[in-house]
Amino acid sequence: MIKALRVSVKDNVAVLLEDIKKGEECNYGGDYPQKANQDIPFGHKIALKDIKTGEDIIKYEHVIGYATQTIKQGDWVHNHNIRSDRGRIKKERPVL
Amino acid sequence: MKFYGYPRADGRVGVRNHLLVAPSVFCAKKVAQQIAENIPGAVYLANPLGCSQVGEDLEQTARTLVNLASHPNVGATLIVGLGCERFTPQEFYDRVKKRGTPVKKIVIQDTGDTLETVRQGTELLCQLHRQMSDQVRKEVPLSSLTLGLECGGTDAASGMAANPSIGVTSDLLIAEGGSSIFSETNEIIGSESILEKRCISPQVSQKLLKAMDEMEKELAIETADPAFHHRQALISTGNFAGGVSTVVEKALGNILKTGKAPIKGVLKFAEIPEENGLFFMDTPSQDAESTTAMVAGGAQIILFTTGRGTPVGFPIAPVIKITGNSQTYQKMRANIDVDTGPVVTKEKTLQQMGQEIFEMVLKVASGQQTKAEILGHDELLGISRVLASCRWQ
Repeated sequence: MIKALRVSVKDNVAVLLEDIKKGEECNYGGDYPQKANQDIPFGHKIALKDIKTGEDIIKYEHVIGYATQTIKQGDWVHNHNIRSDRGRIKKERPVL
Repeated sequence: MKFYGYPRADGRVGVRNHLLVAPSVFCAKKVAQQIAENIPGAVYLANPLGCSQVGEDLEQTARTLVNLASHPNVGATLIVGLGCERFTPQEFYDRVKKRGTPVKKIVIQDTGDTLETVRQGTELLCQLHRQMSDQVRKEVPLSSLTLGLECGGTDAASGMAANPSIGVTSDLLIAEGGSSIFSETNEIIGSESILEKRCISPQVSQKLLKAMDEMEKELAIETADPAFHHRQALISTGNFAGGVSTVVEKALGNILKTGKAPIKGVLKFAEIPEENGLFFMDTPSQDAESTTAMVAGGAQIILFTTGRGTPVGFPIAPVIKITGNSQTYQKMRANIDVDTGPVVTKEKTLQQMGQEIFEMVLKVASGQQTKAEILGHDELLGISRVLASCRWQ
């Protein structure tokens, strides 16, 4: 049962198709299911790779923002750990 | 393929035959509303502007009101003026009449008080009603149909299911010679590399990129003010709750509603395109302003995707509400027309869903009532101010 959608193989996040609990595995169509490090609600994103501070977040094959802190594979990815500078005066972006 | 609509004097086609009461200024709103309430089925525009405006700001308001009052979904219009407003009832009347829409006007300061104007205005509205009530639907080609593509209350399912489904619908209509308009400049930020490739010429892509750049600069100034550090979010609380994290993520899901058709031009707020096909209209992203601009630009039906769920409708154009979130559909069955959730669960393909919505569009174009129409929703009237003149006022 597919529980998450990775829009493109280039994406480093997938969107959950249902609520999942911490420790639960979700199949997103990749080689192995991804275990969630926290409870993550429907429609929210899960990291499919470790993402360093300052690294791009890729969804729909495009950059939707960058990590403001280290994100571990399986983490909930949202506005607490990513941001975009589009439509804003640029912030000092963390150096990779 | 064809549908049944009302052919109008200017060659356009209505999907409704509304009797409209349009105040030229906010001061005439209540009188206009009371006149409309006297005739069953009449609708009125809750115009909040029309005075103390200058230049482009006043012209944008005027263009919007004229294009709504002479819209093909309108069978006849009664203009209600106060008398001293800057967008004069006479100019409003002349511009609507030139389009061929049956029109009459009444001016409060020429007529007397509220009671007398309501009495005489109701008489004029009765005459217009009789005049337009013999208009009948005729078989017309799909090339006469324009959709406005709107999204409001976005969640992650909007980008997964609802928006790409109506993208298919829009492409099906354009393949039949019809048209679509999309808008909301600040909600396409970050999708430049995709959209510019779809423009039919370098001129169109330059115009699109310029509109986006100007909007982004404007936002950057507004969001940098430390006095309003708590009002800097570029997307709504509901967007965040629904899983959308950034303005770019929203944009990439948003533009899926435009399908794959080439972008033929960039329109001003409420401007009517001169040919068929897909057009971008440079508008703010507030649902009411964006919807009003696209209807004024000639869209006869709005496809409105919503993940979080909203009941809203437009006074003179049917709004078809589409969600990608089946829970929202279950909660708001009386408001939402289509659940594209089966795309998320893979029970239906995007192609099937887009085709189903296309078939619904044809039914609605021929007279089937949307849920927003049945429940009388008409909240989506909004006219944007042109910012420079707002600032010095």
